[in-house]
Amino acid sequence: MSYIKKSPWLVHYDGSSCNGCDIEVLACLTPLYDVERFGIVNTGNPKHADIFLVTGGVNTQNLPVVKQIYEQIPEPKVVIAVGTCACSGGVFRDCYNMLGGMDKAIPVDVYVPGCAARPESIIDGVVKGLSVLEEKQKALAVPVREKQALRERELEPEVAINKSQEAGK
Amino acid sequence: MSEMVINIISGIAYLILAPVIGGLLAGVDRKISARMQRRVGPPIMQPFYDFFKLWDKQPVAVNKAQSFYVTGFLLFVVISGLFFFTHGDILLVVFTLTMASVCFIVAAYSSNSPYSQIGAERELVQTMSYEPMLLLMALGFYLNCGTFSIGEILKSPQMNFIYMPGIFVGLSYILLIKFRKSPFDLSVSHEAHQELIQGALTEISGRSLALIELAHWYENVFLLGFVYLFFAWTAPWSPALGLFMCAFTYFGDILVDNCCSRVKWENMLASTWLVTLVAGFVNIMFLMQIR
Repeated sequence: MSYIKKSPWLVHYDGSSCNGCDIEVLACLTPLYDVERFGIVNTGNPKHADIFLVTGGVNTQNLPVVKQIYEQIPEPKVVIAVGTCACSGGVFRDCYNMLGGMDKAIPVDVYVPGCAARPESIIDGVVKGLSVLEEKQKALAVPVREKQALRERELEPEVAINKSQEAGK
Repeated sequence: MSEMVINIISGIAYLILAPVIGGLLAGVDRKISARMQRRVGPPIMQPFYDFFKLWDKQPVAVNKAQSFYVTGFLLFVVISGLFFFTHGDILLVVFTLTMASVCFIVAAYSSNSPYSQIGAERELVQTMSYEPMLLLMALGFYLNCGTFSIGEILKSPQMNFIYMPGIFVGLSYILLIKFRKSPFDLSVSHEAHQELIQGALTEISGRSLALIELAHWYENVFLLGFVYLFFAWTAPWSPALGLFMCAFTYFGDILVDNCCSRVKWENMLASTWLVTLVAGFVNIMFLMQIR
């Protein structure tokens, strides 16, 4: 039983977005959509967050900021890129200072396209992110030794089999 | 002898049941707040989901001292609650509660984050605001019942509320601070991202944050116990009235929380001391005259 799916807290960061997606993100918190009914809380504090909701593309100015917020979120964490700009850079992609979508700065788990992304699709993206979050937590729960054994089996099946045979003897 | 056994049983019941009741109260609080804002709101069990999630998160402590102080906060809250529910001394309860808030403030001061520091400073001002009223309450019970012992106060011949309505008003006023409700949610707020992120809790995450939540559940339960004391006397139906008034006070605080915006710290300090003086002190003078 994983509680992380029932209580995802998110931190919202506006990269270089035009504010369209941010308004849609905030619309999710209003009585009409009310994401708090899923236990979702907009904490505004990366140290309390599980989900990093990011709008807008990454440029040379906000690259260190995005990276720092990402690093401050404790594991397990999920990054959701909301809007076309966060997915690929959108209309700003050819600007001289743009690096592109958010995946140029940090690993993105869920892409929510749209200009601006509608609240329904943002909620859908967050719900998709929840299953990623659960998988990550399961992966973190596996002890390091078992993880190494799994990796060995994947990379070099013969070596792993030999090792296990030796251990058996 | 049998009284001692009852005290021990109620102490153990507090240890086990208080987090359950406190968590459910927090869940009901969020649900009622949501309904007041025409939202559906999270499930009643949501605070427990949050607690277990925080327990499983990667531990990120800014320094070793922080988790020590956080544990101290929990410990002192639990101890002061134990004094209360084992029918101990009401003064001891108030002073141990102060130790708990000292631990909380020092935990917030232990990191260099400006948000955490602002939260700690505001928490200090909050403690300054509510502390006189808590002491006056203990004094009021002494003047009215002739004892500081909670066991004796529960056996008083008439309802304490009749003789100390002013002190009750003062206590309800400072309970807004203790429950961290608007207009006095200055140090830690769920709605003040722009201004202070999470205030005193900004640098506290994972298990430490879960422990703080747990401590708040314990704290809320025995603070409502103070409300209960006002409506406890020898009549057989007084427990029902006491519990009803606890629920009524909690609901009132939720209502005020949803009606008010945060005030400046000057206004909080001035208004709480004014209420303490007018309602609390005048009531004390009255009690001194009639006794």
